[in-house]
Amino acid sequence: MPQPKRKAAWIRLVEQNAGLVLSAVLLVIAIVLYCAIYYAAQGRLPGGFELTTTVNNTMPLVFAGAAQAIVVITGGIDLSVGGVIDLTNALAALYLGDSPLSMVLCTIGVIAVGGACGLLNGLLVAYGRLQPILVTLATLAIFQGLAIRVLPAPGGSVPEAYTAILANFEAPYSLVFIVVLLVVWALVRRTSIGVGIYAIGNDDLAAKSSGVKNLRSRVTAYVLSGMLAAVAGLFLVANATSGDPTTGNGYTLRSIVAVVLGGISLFGGRGTPISAVIGAFVSTMIVNILFFAQIDPLYQSFFEGVFLVVAVLLTAIISRLMRRRAVA
Amino acid sequence: MDSPSALDPPAEAAGPSAPLLVECVGLRKTFGGVVALNDADFNAIAGEVHALVGENGAGKSTLIKAIGGRIRPDAGTIRIKGQAQALGAPEDGHALGIRTVFQELTLLGGMTVAENLLIGREPRGRLGFIHRRRMGEEAEALLARMGIEHIDPLALVEETSLAERQIVEIVRAINNRPDILLLDEPTSSLVEREVNWLYGQIEELRKRDTCIIFTSHRWHEIRNVADRITVFRAGRHVGTFEDIDESEAITLMTGKRVSTLYPAVPPLPARDAALEAKGLRGGRLNGVDLTLHKGEILGVGGLAGHGHRELFFSLFGAERTSGGEILVGGKPVRLASPRQATRRGIDIALVPEDRKTEGLFLGMSIRNNMTLSVLGRISSAGVLNFGAERRVAEEMARRLGVRMQGLRHPVGSLSGGNQQKVLIGRWLLMEPRILLLYDITRGVDVATKHELYELVSRLAGQGHSILLYSSDAEELAHLPHRVLVMREGRIARELAGPDMTAESIVSAAVRDTAQS
Ligand SMILES: Nc1ncnc2c1ncn2[C@@H]1O[C@H](COP(=O)(O)OP(=O)(O)O)[C@@H](O)[C@H]1O
Ligand SMILES: [Mg+2]
Repeated sequence: MPQPKRKAAWIRLVEQNAGLVLSAVLLVIAIVLYCAIYYAAQGRLPGGFELTTTVNNTMPLVFAGAAQAIVVITGGIDLSVGGVIDLTNALAALYLGDSPLSMVLCTIGVIAVGGACGLLNGLLVAYGRLQPILVTLATLAIFQGLAIRVLPAPGGSVPEAYTAILANFEAPYSLVFIVVLLVVWALVRRTSIGVGIYAIGNDDLAAKSSGVKNLRSRVTAYVLSGMLAAVAGLFLVANATSGDPTTGNGYTLRSIVAVVLGGISLFGGRGTPISAVIGAFVSTMIVNILFFAQIDPLYQSFFEGVFLVVAVLLTAIISRLMRRRAVA
Repeated sequence: MDSPSALDPPAEAAGPSAPLLVECVGLRKTFGGVVALNDADFNAIAGEVHALVGENGAGKSTLIKAIGGRIRPDAGTIRIKGQAQALGAPEDGHALGIRTVFQELTLLGGMTVAENLLIGREPRGRLGFIHRRRMGEEAEALLARMGIEHIDPLALVEETSLAERQIVEIVRAINNRPDILLLDEPTSSLVEREVNWLYGQIEELRKRDTCIIFTSHRWHEIRNVADRITVFRAGRHVGTFEDIDESEAITLMTGKRVSTLYPAVPPLPARDAALEAKGLRGGRLNGVDLTLHKGEILGVGGLAGHGHRELFFSLFGAERTSGGEILVGGKPVRLASPRQATRRGIDIALVPEDRKTEGLFLGMSIRNNMTLSVLGRISSAGVLNFGAERRVAEEMARRLGVRMQGLRHPVGSLSGGNQQKVLIGRWLLMEPRILLLYDITRGVDVATKHELYELVSRLAGQGHSILLYSSDAEELAHLPHRVLVMREGRIARELAGPDMTAESIVSAAVRDTAQS
């Protein structure tokens, strides 16, 4: 048998986390580009205020991207992310009270509603053996409808204290929530369900033959996704300080973009939601860059698309090069 | 010819004396219109190694899947340790102490070897969460305990070779200390040394009173390790034997009488060189000299990784060479791509071992797969002539004896051996003078092997020149005129005549390696 030929630990780490590394590289490129353009436009470098706004503006997408990533890792896709955000956003705007107790209960309640939305998706996909894309397309419409029912027009209000916690204007305190997200994910990854989520994304039948609880893992993935989307809805409402039952609509596509920019394979079984978090920031930086480049807002989506294609091409090319090196 | 009365099988083994660990009665399973198991019986006892043999498509894998709980039979009973069981999922089998290495491996490509090995029994930390670092260490220790040191437990499964995956899967199954271990063609992607490792493991398990049921197409393997052999044909149990020789087994497997497995070697015409290599270098090749004559079957043997694969692909223009010469019909040629190799006047064709990834489109019809190489010839003005295509494919399928329901059925519906014939047919349609056959009988059942041998022999008799690599030393000893044994990218030894035995081929490859 061939002699042992072990790779150095760090090379293996980079190779096995190529998506994460690539998204980090993309983020660095985007930040440098942003600073340069900002400097050209404003005559100084961006400071604390810019950092805080960027973080606050990105938080909803951070959680929406993570929500999408978990389902994508199982080999599925969740188009209902935007609908869950609409619904939870509306519920929060309506029910958030000023007392700390009300805020805690309302937060828990809203996340539970998100989890219930995910449960519906998960049950239909896992037990109904339906295509995730069809199920979540249908539930997207359902959740959007429910959101309009809950809050027919933009309105409601968010207590200032709530905004101060989730979207503080003074400093990027909400980065703490990203740390919480990472810790929670690290723990989930270390459970049988976490292993199962990756296993079913790799190969459903093989997972089953290996003794993985396929149905349970899949349903849990959708429930987690729904809960994370609900958190995204809470961040959105806190940042806007009032509710809007349609504000989440764009998040379905943007969450997929964050996942792709995070270098997570849409085929499933690979990658980590952490890189979707980074992908979310890359996505925000692209918008910032376009803003300071004084692109006519009318053309903004055109350039966003161009950036996206370039980023995705870059990801594909670099990961192919890395793979070739790994084989050689 | 299917009637069993026409056969007189050797005496069946007496009923087992130990209590039955596995007992299947009247199993039936159909897939669409295909009957995979047809009233099949089978039994096995503790502490025995039980080989399951039969042609491709005889239902061996289906039986194993039924016992392993991966599929549920339509009818019949499976008793495990005396209890009737309704096995609906692999974990039902796991609970009863059954572990299976399925023919199509079930590892998770995007996860590490360690995660795969320990899935479901990961080491946990104090809070009940999986301890990733300890998992790597445990996997390493587990592999080391079983004598495997070349597999990195932290590598992703998709980074490992097919043989390594097979080994990981076997290690995983054994590590669960099963009472019943099912192995479906466990050696199909292993080289000699790894096969010996597996024998060692099986021996250990037998001592622990494990019941091991395995399938294989390699007869010497079956003879060496099996205590009992069960023959399946067309979804049915034909017989169970303690001792049966190869030709008797083939007769039972096919329902036809086969006198000898290997056809007589056809006589060599004048010794005209058809294909020559002179000092060929590049990749693993380290100066290969060889001459293949017209009408000759020239065998190539040696251990894996010693350059035969590179040799074949270089001669087909699919691998770059860095030095040396290739001559066809005495004239030097440059082969920079397979397209150049298949050109008129050169006429070289290669049939690779891995039909699925290197040649056939399983979802497409037999006809389309066959005529892919000659689309230009059967088209007029760029438009395919369906009539001509059908005629050409029909003729070739008949010539090769492809056993199929019809030309329009997908290649994926054929047994492995018949898929191989379709691939050979594709190249024969180009009327090549030189055929490079790379381990074409790997994973093919004995009966189809026999047909392929006759085909090779017939082609040589018709003047084709054939370079044949095989991982089966037995095959090399019988089929070709001469055998070249490769070692470290060179031809280390040429064997012909009475020296050409399986033992001498193996020892030439092994001894030479040991000396280096
Ligand atoms: N999942 C399946 N779908 C359709 N046909 C199948 C399937 N599995 C097996 N078969 C068919 O059942 C028969 C028996 O197959 P199998 O048990 O794999 O044979 P063996 O392992 O002896 O080669 C074959 O004709 C095969 O084509
Ligand atoms: Mg089989």
